[in-house]
Amino acid sequence: MDHIVVVGASLAGLRAVETLRREGFAGRLTLVGAERHEPYDRPPLSKDYLAGTADRAAIALRKDGFDDLDVVLRLGETAHSLDVDARTVGISDSTVAFDGLLIATGAHPRTLPTQPALDGVHTLRTVEDADAISKWIDGGARLCVIGAGFIGAEVAATARGKGREVTVLEALPQPMVRGVGPVIGAVLARLHRAHGVDLRLGVGVQSIAGEGRVERVHLVDGSVVACDVVLVAIGALPSTDWLTDSGLTVDNGVVCDAALRAAPGIVAAGDVCRWPNAAFDDELMRIEHWTNAAEQGVHAARTLLAGESAEPFVTVPFVWSDQYDVKIQSAGRFSADDRMEVVSGSTDDDRFVAIFERAGRVSGVLGFSQPRRVMQYRRFIADSASFADALAFAAENP
Amino acid sequence: MKIVVDFDKCKSNAVCMGAAPEVFEVRDDNFLYILQEAPGEDQRPAVEEAVRTCPTGAISVEG
Ligand SMILES: Cc1cc2nc3c(=O)[nH]c(=O)nc-3n(C[C@H](O)[C@H](O)[C@H](O)COP(=O)(O)OP(=O)(O)OC[C@H]3O[C@@H](n4cnc5c(N)ncnc54)[C@H](O)[C@@H]3O)c2cc1C
Ligand code: SF4
Repeated sequence: MDHIVVVGASLAGLRAVETLRREGFAGRLTLVGAERHEPYDRPPLSKDYLAGTADRAAIALRKDGFDDLDVVLRLGETAHSLDVDARTVGISDSTVAFDGLLIATGAHPRTLPTQPALDGVHTLRTVEDADAISKWIDGGARLCVIGAGFIGAEVAATARGKGREVTVLEALPQPMVRGVGPVIGAVLARLHRAHGVDLRLGVGVQSIAGEGRVERVHLVDGSVVACDVVLVAIGALPSTDWLTDSGLTVDNGVVCDAALRAAPGIVAAGDVCRWPNAAFDDELMRIEHWTNAAEQGVHAARTLLAGESAEPFVTVPFVWSDQYDVKIQSAGRFSADDRMEVVSGSTDDDRFVAIFERAGRVSGVLGFSQPRRVMQYRRFIADSASFADALAFAAENP
Repeated sequence: MKIVVDFDKCKSNAVCMGAAPEVFEVRDDNFLYILQEAPGEDQRPAVEEAVRTCPTGAISVEG
């Protein structure tokens, strides 16, 4: 293999480049990224960076530069097409031949069908988005967040930390109820209300309105939220537009095999990748979390180098979220209809661990400020342990 | 191999403990404890995974 092209210069793409060099790939390496910046970390964009306690340098993903990686960086350039048979990728106005291709184009925010292009209406994915939102928050703006998922909740918490007026609108009856169920959804709701968020649940957004800049959000029930800035945080979509005519299977992400191969010599990693996860009965999964992107970047690079003998990527998804002074962590794949058992602490406090059961096995764990326990139960999930075993462990380790 | 953790960066999320439980432990007080500052070579793959997956880049290895 002479030339490997990595498309997407963020966490997964960078980890892939680092791995290729570390594992002895001596050929040419090109890293293409649509953003002008060297790879940076996204989780702080809704937390420390937005709060102003981490600066641009602190969120750089590679502190020691790129010299030792011997990689051609093509930043601020977009890949727009892929020809699988010819083994070329179209980048800006050039056509680049590759022997190996790693797709790490991540995801981008979903928007509302009625989202107007008004000043003050934002989504959050890039450092520019964060800079714009933090300017509003620092300027005293009243914030209205649409969507009480991780990113919406974190921005709400950060803005409350700065004393801003915050309204959060959520269509479902509890925050994140589809993922964590009504009990923990209610704990999250309590957490935000205790910190002064005006949390409105089960409400639909009719429109976002204002003269020149956003001034209010109209709800389906006729009520109106007055605000100066709106964050639309209703999820993300995989960035696969450029692959539409490529012949790769694209269906809610680039569909890969167990070793993250999309086609011979073509692999994918990170938020854009959908693959069968043997830890969950080969369920096709696409995961939008940091740890997964870091690990898949490494794995997909190894698959490229290994060829036929590549190994499957198997993982128990893990995510963390910092909201106020609570460290929320979860691992596994659980849904609201799984049985839930609180095994440590109590959901009346902001410090507890709950585990979830499906078909006799531990399907997931979620903790508030209990990182040690979450990691211990994550191991039960990885080992496909029975729920009874996890409960026995819980009895001895409250 | 010597383990160095930058405790100004560490956020005690225990990801490293998931990767290398014999080297890192986050206890119930929510602080990270390094169980072995100079683990044996058999721990290297696990420690390297911890370095790569630590969300704050707090861990480094000397030697
Ligand atoms: C505000 C925020 C907070 C988060 N907080 C957490 C958290 O607390 N915990 C957690 O686990 N996860 C968190 N995440 C998720 C985590 O950041 C992502 O899972 C991770 O960034 C995915 O990395 P990636 O490399 O797969 O994709 P991305 O980071 O999305 O990067 C993809 C890159 O590819 C580029 N690109 C796209 N299309 C093209 C193209 N055609 N040509 C060239 N380049 C292209 C994009 O510009 C982008 O730079 C957060 C995300 C955000 C936005
Ligand atoms: S993974 Fe990193 S941040 Fe988390 S506890 Fe370990 S050293 Fe600290």
